[in-house]
Amino acid sequence: MEKRVVFESRWLPYALVAPQLAITLVFFFWPASQALYQSLLIQDAFASKSQFVWFDNFVALFNDPHYLASFRVTAIFSALVTVIGLSVALFLAALADRVVRGAKLYKTLLIWPYAVAAAVAAVLFVFLLNPTLGIVTHLLRRIGIDWNYLLDPGQALTLIVIAAVWKQISYNFLFFLAGLQSIPKSLIEAAAIDGAGPWRRFWTIAFPLLSPTTFFLLVVNVVYAFFDTFAIVDAATSGGPVQATSILVFKVYQDGVQALDLNGSAAQSVILMAIVIALTVIQFRYIERKVQY
Amino acid sequence: MVERRPVGTLITHLLLILGVVIIALPLYVGFVGSTLSFDQVTTVPMQMTPGTHLVDNYTQVLKSGSTKGSNAPVGTMMWNSLVMALAIAIGKIAISILSAFAIVYFRFPLRYTFFWMIFVTLMLPVEVRILPTYKVVAELGMVNTYWGLTLPLIASATATFLFRQFFLTVPDELAEAARIDGAGPMRFFVDILLPLSRTSMAALFVIMFIYGWNQYLWPLLVTTSEDMYTVVIGIKRMVAGGDTLVEWQLVLATAMLALLPPAAVVLAMQKWFVRGLVDSEK
Repeated sequence: MEKRVVFESRWLPYALVAPQLAITLVFFFWPASQALYQSLLIQDAFASKSQFVWFDNFVALFNDPHYLASFRVTAIFSALVTVIGLSVALFLAALADRVVRGAKLYKTLLIWPYAVAAAVAAVLFVFLLNPTLGIVTHLLRRIGIDWNYLLDPGQALTLIVIAAVWKQISYNFLFFLAGLQSIPKSLIEAAAIDGAGPWRRFWTIAFPLLSPTTFFLLVVNVVYAFFDTFAIVDAATSGGPVQATSILVFKVYQDGVQALDLNGSAAQSVILMAIVIALTVIQFRYIERKVQY
Repeated sequence: MVERRPVGTLITHLLLILGVVIIALPLYVGFVGSTLSFDQVTTVPMQMTPGTHLVDNYTQVLKSGSTKGSNAPVGTMMWNSLVMALAIAIGKIAISILSAFAIVYFRFPLRYTFFWMIFVTLMLPVEVRILPTYKVVAELGMVNTYWGLTLPLIASATATFLFRQFFLTVPDELAEAARIDGAGPMRFFVDILLPLSRTSMAALFVIMFIYGWNQYLWPLLVTTSEDMYTVVIGIKRMVAGGDTLVEWQLVLATAMLALLPPAAVVLAMQKWFVRGLVDSEK
């Protein structure tokens, strides 16, 4: 889309884009190109000498069992966060869409976990599920479950999945509710007249009509689980026990900032960039086509 | 609802209330914990009703922080978080509205190049380029400064796109009338476009304020001195003291303080918040 009416000036448009362009170049293009370049080098931690090695860093990564394990953990983690987060949010949105009275109140009460910082959410769940003090730990002990996420890899993963889902539910809920409310009431009424119950109506009418929203949320949630959950992992488990919750974005940080393996970390960054770009392209292609039933 | 089913409605409400309770549980337990003494909070099982140490705990953390882990006062951290959130929100809106104006209302060489350069930043979250970005900030001497904390996060395309979309819907007649009346582009921008953009700006402000306030990875890298910590980082430093030593009542009081401003913004500006969320994902 273009404007018919435009202004004339030789210098003004450049002056107007200059601030954003300057920040983008200095803090975005320069670091991103550095990451690309670094990923092709090997150097020691003091950067005294470096050697160009083409794709050796990438080859090394894909031969590193720790990195492959991190890939697997990330895949399991993001699948769980996405599936559980979307199902719970869709369930709540479908309920909230049915009620006449109090719908606004439920909405208000359900949206504000969005405002809680991921790290704060992690700390709250660590307190609830603390091996010694946690109130939920206490209840679990009573029913015979020995809970200690500091020792048990599966429980550590469960903890970060719960915290990540809790944080993201508001967002999913809002989009699902908006999607459900935009479905024409006449469709639902016609189905009801034909004798379809609420359950049948949901799965044969509402759910297919929601597919654009669901697909959009699917991509957003995968991106969320891949990148925005760093704070949860760092504040709750620090990747432990024994790397059980070390997702890819945490490993970039751990290898780069804590272990000072600059080139390995840069290569990991490049792989992550490729993943984000792929996800964004999928999302844009889909939105452009605007598939609707 | 289509048909009347009193039992169904009742079950729906019960399930919704259950959902709300489960979602509110961590917040409630956190709040209760922040009102107890150290002995009470470490008793298993902890009591589920608020105690009497609310004022003590909150004044303690605000003035002098915790005694273990980190003892920077949370008051300073709250201030840092506020500066960071406001700078990011206002900075993003300011630079984006200017560049969107240039891209929509002018024809100039390199217009598409600039557009794409800004567009690409949508794709790469700061998480994937942390180390090189840190290096740049360090070379510019911006570690432990508000500049270092905020500038790298201001570079984002979301707001530019939102304003671009909005400007494209503004009727051409307005710009035409302004030109006929002899108003220059900046006059048109200030007197017509800015007032029209108020709702978009409010919606973006809410989203960006929360985004800025809740930042974690970047402040973790860029702030090494305690007086530059943001409150989200401060909590993490308090917990890092070790399991049995953690003064949970103070950590939780800090957590409550950390979530209060963004929660208040969401609740007070709910309409803008929902709009901003939906708009910024288009």
